[in-house]
Amino acid sequence: MPRPPSPSIPEKEFVYGALKEGLRVDGRLPLEMRTPALAFGPELGWVECSLGKTRVLAQVDAKMVKPPPERPLEGIISIHSEISPMASSDYELGRPSDEEVTITRMLDKVLRRSDVVDKESLCVLAGQRVWHLRLTIHCLADAGNMLDCACLAGVVALKHFRRPEVEVVGEEVTVHHPSERAPVPLSMHHTPYCLTFAYFPDASTKPVLDPTHLEQRLSAGMLSIALNAQRELCVVQKAGGVPLAADEILRIVDVAVDKAKELDKLVEQRLKEDWAGRTVEVR
Amino acid sequence: MPLVLPGEQVPAAHVNLKLGPGLLQLSSVDGKSSVISTRAGDLNHSANRSKWWIDSNSRRYIPAPQESVIGIVIARSGENWRVDIGSAHVASLDGLAFEGATKRNRPNLKVGSLLYARVSLAHKDMEPELECFDAQTRKAEGFGELKGGFLVNCSLKMSRLLMDPTHFLLPLLGSRFPLEAATGVNGRVWINTKDPRHIIAASRCIEAVDPDGGGMDEVGVKKFLSTMDV
Repeated sequence: MPRPPSPSIPEKEFVYGALKEGLRVDGRLPLEMRTPALAFGPELGWVECSLGKTRVLAQVDAKMVKPPPERPLEGIISIHSEISPMASSDYELGRPSDEEVTITRMLDKVLRRSDVVDKESLCVLAGQRVWHLRLTIHCLADAGNMLDCACLAGVVALKHFRRPEVEVVGEEVTVHHPSERAPVPLSMHHTPYCLTFAYFPDASTKPVLDPTHLEQRLSAGMLSIALNAQRELCVVQKAGGVPLAADEILRIVDVAVDKAKELDKLVEQRLKEDWAGRTVEVR
Repeated sequence: MPLVLPGEQVPAAHVNLKLGPGLLQLSSVDGKSSVISTRAGDLNHSANRSKWWIDSNSRRYIPAPQESVIGIVIARSGENWRVDIGSAHVASLDGLAFEGATKRNRPNLKVGSLLYARVSLAHKDMEPELECFDAQTRKAEGFGELKGGFLVNCSLKMSRLLMDPTHFLLPLLGSRFPLEAATGVNGRVWINTKDPRHIIAASRCIEAVDPDGGGMDEVGVKKFLSTMDV
């Protein structure tokens, strides 16, 4: 299917005019984010994250493999995220659009290259057996800002996942089934959250956080910042778009720090609630 | 109002039978014809059982003739305009299909303009065609380009509810602030008011009352409106 038509002239003019006055079409404040809703599945490591109508599903799976010879002491993490037309009729299977490439690269940088999971803890028997974690991201619905939703779903899935406990005696490796011994959480260094700001062609319009689909299509440029609650920046991505002054970026980073702290509190609270609802047998 | 699924046989029989949306007549080899449903929804019929139709909800529009739709101009091909109405195929609108248009005096449309048009031709295997005047009177009657305002997307059922004059939402909004609205049966509504805040309030109310988005009732909408600064 060809590229979808760009928004009509009345929509464009109205959104630009309203944003000049600081009004957003869905009634939010410019720097207000949609409250994420997290739903956990019966399996550990299955999370569905929704930001308003944008929904992303993330699942973590683990299996034991032989490590590559150049890195015998580390585990392997692979991220699979292919956007299907299920998310929106703008996407096609097999032909990655610009947005899909951006999402894949950001997910790679935020979840893999920033060392979220301690890879050395995934090593079972050096040079012979390591854990291979597979994170699969399914984009279910796109109502704008799928990147933030996907990063949040991925990070929460990694925090939610429990891998089977392994016992190593000499050269023998015994993997215990979850019903025999309680599975073990992944050892994580930090929890990054991604926040996306959209900028518009008119320089006097302030940026908006968590753009909807229409705002994203009408934006001139997007700035994505991934950071954790300890004020450490993981990724700052700005691919083209509107030129920004240095103090503007620093101001945005301050806003992002506050939001990341709020998100962290929300995620911890939801994970605690979910864990309290699961029964773990203790023998 | 029994619920039917696509492909079910419907007991519709009358001398002057008229089939509405969602029903199809199939004739078999031995001359007998049967009526089957093509959508999932409630089966309804008129009091004297001559008109039958199915009430369903979806988001994808399937064009049918004589329906008023809102389209966005996406390209120009010669004398015709290619207009997106949300259906599987792009519709075509003749450059002269406006009231009082001649070869020298044509309406000046641009790519991205919003139009209120009537579907004049719609077959399932062809591109639909649009016209911007009323069929009988050949006058504009509200069709043509829509300037200013804002476009709201909703489900098909919601746009049918908004076209119903007895539905509560548009009169309720109109009693709060002056408002101009054009509803297309393809799930698009154009709203125009003086204050952008009113447009935002109207757009949020339409999304809230939409059966897909919660189906708020009148009391709920009044409470919702009081939370916005209108």
